[in-house]
Amino acid sequence: MRMPAPIRLRELIRTIRTARTQAEEREMIQKECAAIRSSFREEDNTYRCRNVAKLLYMHMLGYPAHFGQLECLKLIASQKFTDKRIGYLGAMLLLDERQDVHLLMTNCIKNDLNHSTQYVQGLALCTLGCMGSSEMCRDLAGEVEKLLKTSNSYLRKKAALCAVHVIRKVPELMEMFLPATKNLLSEKNHGVLHTSVVLLTEMCERSPDMLSHFRKLVPQLVRILKNLIMSGYSPEHDVSGISDPFLQVRILRLLRILGKGDDDSSEAMNDILAQVATNTETSKNVGNAILYETVLTIMDIKSESGLRVLAINILGRFLLNNDKNIRYVALTSLLKTVQTDHNAVQRHRSTIVDCLKDLDVSIKRRAMELSFALVNGNNIRGMMKELLYFLDSCDPDFKADCASGIFLAAEKYAPSKRWHIDTIMRVLTTAGSYVRDDSVPNLIQLITNSVEMHAYTVQRLYKALLDDISQQPLVQVASWCIGEYGDLLVSGQCEEEEPIQVSEDEVLDVLEGLLVSNLSTPVTRGYSLTAIMKLSTRFSSLNRIKKVVSIYGSSIDVELQQRAVEYNALFKKYDHMRPALLERMPIMEKTATNGPSETVQTNGETDSTILDTKHLPSISQPASQANDLLDLLGGNDVVPIIQTTVPTKPASAGGELLDLLGDLSLTGGPTPTPASSVPMSQPPFLLDGLTSQPLFNDIAAVIPPMTAYNKNGLIIEFTFERSNPNPNIAVITIHATNSTEADMTEFVFQAAVPKTFQLQLLSPSSNVVPAFNQGSVTQVIRVLNPQKVRCYCEPRTHSASYRSRSSEISPFVLKHLQKSDECLSGAKLNIAKLKLRAASH
Amino acid sequence: MQFMLLFSRQGKLRLQKWYVPLCDKEKKKITRELVQTVLARKPKMCSFLEWRDLKIVYKRYASLYFCCAIEDQDNELITLEIIHRYVELLDKYFGSVCELDIIFNFEKAYFILDEFLLGGEAQETSKKNVLKAIEQADLLIDTATTQSTLTVASEPDSNTLATIQNTVSTA
Repeated sequence: MRMPAPIRLRELIRTIRTARTQAEEREMIQKECAAIRSSFREEDNTYRCRNVAKLLYMHMLGYPAHFGQLECLKLIASQKFTDKRIGYLGAMLLLDERQDVHLLMTNCIKNDLNHSTQYVQGLALCTLGCMGSSEMCRDLAGEVEKLLKTSNSYLRKKAALCAVHVIRKVPELMEMFLPATKNLLSEKNHGVLHTSVVLLTEMCERSPDMLSHFRKLVPQLVRILKNLIMSGYSPEHDVSGISDPFLQVRILRLLRILGKGDDDSSEAMNDILAQVATNTETSKNVGNAILYETVLTIMDIKSESGLRVLAINILGRFLLNNDKNIRYVALTSLLKTVQTDHNAVQRHRSTIVDCLKDLDVSIKRRAMELSFALVNGNNIRGMMKELLYFLDSCDPDFKADCASGIFLAAEKYAPSKRWHIDTIMRVLTTAGSYVRDDSVPNLIQLITNSVEMHAYTVQRLYKALLDDISQQPLVQVASWCIGEYGDLLVSGQCEEEEPIQVSEDEVLDVLEGLLVSNLSTPVTRGYSLTAIMKLSTRFSSLNRIKKVVSIYGSSIDVELQQRAVEYNALFKKYDHMRPALLERMPIMEKTATNGPSETVQTNGETDSTILDTKHLPSISQPASQANDLLDLLGGNDVVPIIQTTVPTKPASAGGELLDLLGDLSLTGGPTPTPASSVPMSQPPFLLDGLTSQPLFNDIAAVIPPMTAYNKNGLIIEFTFERSNPNPNIAVITIHATNSTEADMTEFVFQAAVPKTFQLQLLSPSSNVVPAFNQGSVTQVIRVLNPQKVRCYCEPRTHSASYRSRSSEISPFVLKHLQKSDECLSGAKLNIAKLKLRAASH
Repeated sequence: MQFMLLFSRQGKLRLQKWYVPLCDKEKKKITRELVQTVLARKPKMCSFLEWRDLKIVYKRYASLYFCCAIEDQDNELITLEIIHRYVELLDKYFGSVCELDIIFNFEKAYFILDEFLLGGEAQETSKKNVLKAIEQADLLIDTATTQSTLTVASEPDSNTLATIQNTVSTA
């Protein structure tokens, strides 16, 4: 019994569209698919075409149709045009080059490329040019090339585009199409012309040799373009009064490629470009499309400056166009040219800035990028006003980029420090939550370095905190500043604006508020706790601060807990160190990279170490003490570590130069007192448990102990050892004893090392050297000298009342230290100084 | 051009022409994402957007969105003209084309597109020539076995592309 004829395509479509639910539709489709499948099994030639067409419809709805792939091939092989048409369509929709089955098409296509009917040939060319794989292209390139030379323009134009596809798939085959391109441009047929230009463009883009070869076509292309512009109305190709805009645009694009970097070609096209730029009708999109392409070409080739200005002015006019598409395109192009033609683009700055208020997101983004590119020292104030206004009102997606851009621009062109700080404040308060994480350390550094603005900055930040504590970057920067400059805040020192009256308790209220607020992130809490701690040396409300710190010693947040515990320890056991540890931060040197500078990172905010660790070699000292150190050392190769304000008893410093070189014999100096004669109250390497680094075990000391300083009753002795596990680090233990009648209080040992050295000073046992040699202060110093630089050592003492330069200096030389690859890990640094002077090697 | 999609305001696909080799799964994914993105655009926004590393040019004609993905060096404004030309061709062929025409005659829509573009580039810039080729090809159809162009009975919910006529004549 013969199966009933499969339903027609339109009927199926109508039926499926009556389905009211997805499930109903699915059911209909499944039923029809089953029918189609059985029809395919029957190898029914009559209805195959209809069935495949139905399958294609169902495929578009999203249903699987792979079982129809082979049927498409059968249709392609059929002699009926209708079958071929649907078959090729099915192949283009259902097959892709990954599947082997499409290779079966190759033979059919080959036959059809040679078919007697041009429409069949057309189908084959179209399919090959749309989805032909590399293998197919290789097999059929010859046929395509043949058709490229035919006089039949219908086929020729298709063959040209098919050749483009072949070249894209198999670039090596490009050569074989070269002969056929010979007189492509002499065609009258626009279709052929257009596709030929596309083919030539593809070849020139891919091969520099082809490019040079085709440069000779420039005059011909110019002529064709000229004819298009000058010729009268041609109904066949007219679009709103413009003759064949598609062809014009493609020619302009090819000219761009040919003229780029080539003076002669650029000159040859100069006139026509000017002509197109000035004569093209701009009332409709089509005219603007041509102008757009012209501008791109002018900017890319070696055009004379008048032409370039003309191009940028076209873009400027585009910016004023009502059509947002035109504005968009203008901004995109201006972005490309702003680097090379900066001044010309600057002239359109106000229009560009107006585009910041545009409703379209893409236009706004481009306007923003372009605005940042146009900011310079002259327009910074005006531009920043606009950009800040934009920041206020723009979408959240923009805020991060805009904020970063503003920071960068402000850094580069800030007319004054005050303006800079104000701008930053504005960004933090309006878009504080969108600011990038790395901005916080950068801002802190900027604020630190603007010494004269500290009072103003902290006041403004404090006021901002009173308003809003939700924006974390703002809160973090503010906490840090209050911690640093809280004393300026309560003392009402602000010069730039009316100083506010605020008490210590109010400030602490705010900071404590941050600690408890739900809005604060753990990082922010860390900032505020540390700030509170710092205020212990600037405020007098010590008890309150101690209380806060001890409360957080049992905080659930481990980070916070650790900080609190360490700060507590600072109060209890190391109170003598507290002032120096928490003193004002020095100016930080910015590293060359764009990222947060190392110095800022070691600010103690981002890690849990108790002290504000400071990176050794990169700090430059603003204070005069540091200068004193440097003076003695003379030269740039020594870098003082940290300054301290802690004085020792006045003593005229002096000492002898000891030379440890040679056979360990000491020349011209006092005989060193053996280390053992100095009574020690504590073992020299007792650490406070805050570092887990083992000090040293005894390895035979290569360097004998020596007296570094012996004057006015103060004797400082050095004993040397090699560190274990790293024997390349020398460990120096200093012992300071005091034979005078009075205790030496606030004794501090300072050290400065040449840049090639690495130094670690561990906590001293005490800062009081008891009188009558009743005890000593010991301190451990670890030194690494990877470059084996000899160095001298100069002890010096300070006095609170005068900074005296010791008249007699007793530097001594440390023995060569062996080179080591290990670096001392940046650990806590104590505030002690020992000056070393690098000797000439 | 890498691909062209036609879809309704409800996100239903009416035509998809791919000029780059991608597997079905990828095509579906791209289609889904892009349709969502374009449908989310507000009327005041411009016709261009960046999506992945492509430029997307789209335009709405009555109830249908025409959406093309072009490459960096392609001219967005002329692509709008390409889309418009295609709509004009459909309009001429179907006579005041509407979405239903394209639904019920989707294969014809493809044939017309394939006479206008090949491999993503325009092969014929004359409207007349494209239409002539289609007409001639249609004559080769053996009426016995194929679906001839039936006139579609107007359905109560048919959306017309009436605005097409206006845009065509004033373009």
